Amino acid sequence: MTAVAERSAAAEPKAGEIPSFEVTLKIRRYTPETHGDEAYWEEHTVTAHGTDRLLDALHKIKWESDGSLTFRRSCAHGVCGSDAMRINGRNRLACKALLKDLNPDKPITVEPIKGLPVIKDLVVDMEPFFASYREIMPFLITTGTEPSRERLQSPEQRARFDDTTKCILCAACTSSCPVFWTDGQYFGPAAIVNAHRFIFDSRDEGGAQRLEILNDKEGVWRCRTTFNCTEACPRGIEVTKAIQEVKRAMITRAF
Amino acid sequence: MTTISAPRTRGAGPGRRTSRGNWELYGWVFMRASGVVLLVLIFGHLFVNLVAGDGISAIDFGFVAGKWASPFWQVWDLLMLWLAMIHGTNGVRTIINDYAERDGTRMVLKLALYVSFVVVVVLGTLVIFTFDPCPPNSPADLLPSFCTA
Repeated sequence: MTAVAERSAAAEPKAGEIPSFEVTLKIRRYTPETHGDEAYWEEHTVTAHGTDRLLDALHKIKWESDGSLTFRRSCAHGVCGSDAMRINGRNRLACKALLKDLNPDKPITVEPIKGLPVIKDLVVDMEPFFASYREIMPFLITTGTEPSRERLQSPEQRARFDDTTKCILCAACTSSCPVFWTDGQYFGPAAIVNAHRFIFDSRDEGGAQRLEILNDKEGVWRCRTTFNCTEACPRGIEVTKAIQEVKRAMITRAF
Repeated sequence: MTTISAPRTRGAGPGRRTSRGNWELYGWVFMRASGVVLLVLIFGHLFVNLVAGDGISAIDFGFVAGKWASPFWQVWDLLMLWLAMIHGTNGVRTIINDYAERDGTRMVLKLALYVSFVVVVVLGTLVIFTFDPCPPNSPADLLPSFCTA
């Protein structure tokens, strides 16, 4: 606190000082308890530094000016996957999006992720998303007696599905998919990515079952390869590629 | 600005109707295979009709009749008609599924699509096999010059 006071008194930049700037957030809010059943836009201007992420700006609003602003975040460092939101029209994790990269000259739009029912402000009901995830059976399936030691795997076998182990279930991919937006019936990229993680795992024996589940009218065949999911993934997973690999596995199985 | 659907509209989830089976798989493979075949058929068709021989000036009633006198061109055109219609109809069906949000809209659009598919395919197939450049008992001024009835 004293450091800030001193700096403004001196009015000249000190060595090592981080430059600050004003940034306006245009937030899509939905608070039926106080503002009726219509969602509305609300603008807040905060002072931010070059090292600040969008999440820091949201914190500043919530902690200093409007405590009713509601959003999810847990770890705040890009691992838990709680704070996926639509930032300037693109799905990003608020904790990984630096304000300086979002063009702070213009108001930055912040909306809840699309295609899932909004509960309040930036918080959506993730249940449909997790229902699809559960449906592909995201756990190891084996047959026979349990081995008395680890199930061994070569580095090559492990590398086959390495990319899809990185998913943090933030729903950025699924809620960026235009096919999912239409009616929400499509399994969505995230469920397919997590099925891929087990289908191509040499230790797993449930591949056929999982392929059968995704060989649905609402399964992998609804993918139009628009690459929105690959673009949205905060973990850099090649989501569209994973979906195509599952398609290929189905075709080689059928013919 | 993009429109945002009303908050708290119920998405999907556990209530998904499962319809497994290889139907969508075969559809997906058909689209790829027929696409490749159609490339050959359509560009072959365009070359023969518009470039080869006298080119575009050769096209008239007699040219079409001459082509359809040969079983080779009958099969070629029939294949082109059927593949193009199934390929196109399946493509439009996909687009309707992706963009029509209300069940009613979806059903009406698909019904119109399937009806037009049947009309075009039936009519086209009929013409390919029953085409007669000189139908009997027609007024002479409507017939092409080579019809010597």
